Amino acid sequence: MKENTVIVSVSPHIRSEETVSHIMWTVSLSLLPAFVMAIYFFGPRALFVTALCIISSILSEYFVQKAMKKKITISDGSAFLTGLLLGLNLPASLWSLNPFTLHVPIIGSFVAIVITKQLFGGLGYNIFNPALIGRVFLMASWPRAMTIWNEPTAAFLAFDAKTTATPLGILKEEGTGRLIEVFGDRVNLYTQLLIGHRSGSIGETSIIALLIGASFLLYKRYITWHIPASFLGTVAVLAWIFGGKGTGLFTGDPLLHLLSGGLILGAFFMATDYVTCPSVKTGQILFGIGCGALTMLIRLKGGYPEGVMFAILLMNCFTPLIDRSMRSKVFGAVKVKTK
Amino acid sequence: MSYWQLLKNGIFGENPVFRLALSLCPAVAVTNSVKNGFLMGIAVLFVQTMANVTTSLLRKFIHPKVRIPSYMFIIATWVTVTDLVMAAYVRDVYAQMGLYIKLIVAFAIILSRSELFASKNKVVPSFFDGLGMGTGFLLALVIIGFFRELLGRGSLWGIPIVPTKPLLIMILPAGGFFAVGILMGFFNWIDMKFFGGKGASGAGGGH
Repeated sequence: MKENTVIVSVSPHIRSEETVSHIMWTVSLSLLPAFVMAIYFFGPRALFVTALCIISSILSEYFVQKAMKKKITISDGSAFLTGLLLGLNLPASLWSLNPFTLHVPIIGSFVAIVITKQLFGGLGYNIFNPALIGRVFLMASWPRAMTIWNEPTAAFLAFDAKTTATPLGILKEEGTGRLIEVFGDRVNLYTQLLIGHRSGSIGETSIIALLIGASFLLYKRYITWHIPASFLGTVAVLAWIFGGKGTGLFTGDPLLHLLSGGLILGAFFMATDYVTCPSVKTGQILFGIGCGALTMLIRLKGGYPEGVMFAILLMNCFTPLIDRSMRSKVFGAVKVKTK
Repeated sequence: MSYWQLLKNGIFGENPVFRLALSLCPAVAVTNSVKNGFLMGIAVLFVQTMANVTTSLLRKFIHPKVRIPSYMFIIATWVTVTDLVMAAYVRDVYAQMGLYIKLIVAFAIILSRSELFASKNKVVPSFFDGLGMGTGFLLALVIIGFFRELLGRGSLWGIPIVPTKPLLIMILPAGGFFAVGILMGFFNWIDMKFFGGKGASGAGGGH
């Protein structure tokens, strides 16, 4: 008679390969198309800036965990992903012959990892999206260096690339007419925006590449449609209603607003960060609507041409509130009567 | 507690900003330069000490039911004195900080010392308690102002040290929160490491 045939163990009984680090590396992989397109458009400097962010993020994580006597978790990919996202949100012009802007990506990674993530308790405890806080910190500290946008160039190794305003910058300062003039005609404008042949942050320009990565994540069910759909939908509706300048309501151009700025990168890859977005589905829709409304408020009425990062960070503040107010009822629970 | 201990308590043990986490509003709002922080600290030091002494002198006459309004009157009196003196003698600074000087009336630290200490103790200990708390507040503001001005403007007391602006965010309000948080963590660490303390629990908010 065989003994010890029944193994008793505590849950969970179904184990999946989808660990935190597996998801982190998959998300990083899904950003690869956009990254490749960025290197094609902005040359090796895009690669260098992003690599610098990734390396300094991982080193920051290593040293802060060492200093705080925590377990070193640099191999779980979360520091890699933060560095990658931060790098994709910076202008490629930071890597130029002028060596005085190289500290910018390093300090941004430090702020993202050490202050935003580890000081709040590490992965899973941060209130705000680390990469976005890193970027906002850099925007506030070096507003000039952070807003020099290179023109996408065919000359691969040209270090003295021309600089130009982003489409949203032109839209804000000079209006839609000028934007169409710059790109030739309206169809060409949309095509170029879709492919990503425009100035902007490293990873935000190529909409097609970002959508390929995003659909991969949606297919793997690592992200759900709730936040991106409500985010983009709100932006489109508000752009249509209020986007027209001097031509009255309902004359705006929703497609232009959807395709420009960091909206696609933000909606699919940053707003959907597990830690900082609500976990309840209805809450996620509310979160997306809030992000979209704040984005359009900043784009149309604010001082900055782009507002996606501020919108996501502001909605991050509301995440605990949304989660608490939308918690589903526990089955069978009885409401305790208070007198 | 001896007078020396009372003084030390306000500066280190119960430092208003770094240990009690009271009066964080001015600690963020007026510390984007050492000079502003210093003058604000001097104003608070004066009001704190005088309010403590006055409250202590009048403690037998104040009915417990109306004690808070009474303390507010005492504090407001001394704030008015400070406000008028500064308006008369340091015009350029007053133009910048006038609003915050008037707000000293609402500083949590001053009211809390009146309520917790001066209303229960004699005049001389109250004087030293106010002096210690005020000095602690002054030191905290100067330390925060030192880092913010040095990093944000590259200068100290208005004198340029570094030709560039190394970290612009530090003179913006967000930088004030960064500075207060990191310094608070640093002093907690010193306390835990060298004095065997448990770190500040924080009295929780307040102006």
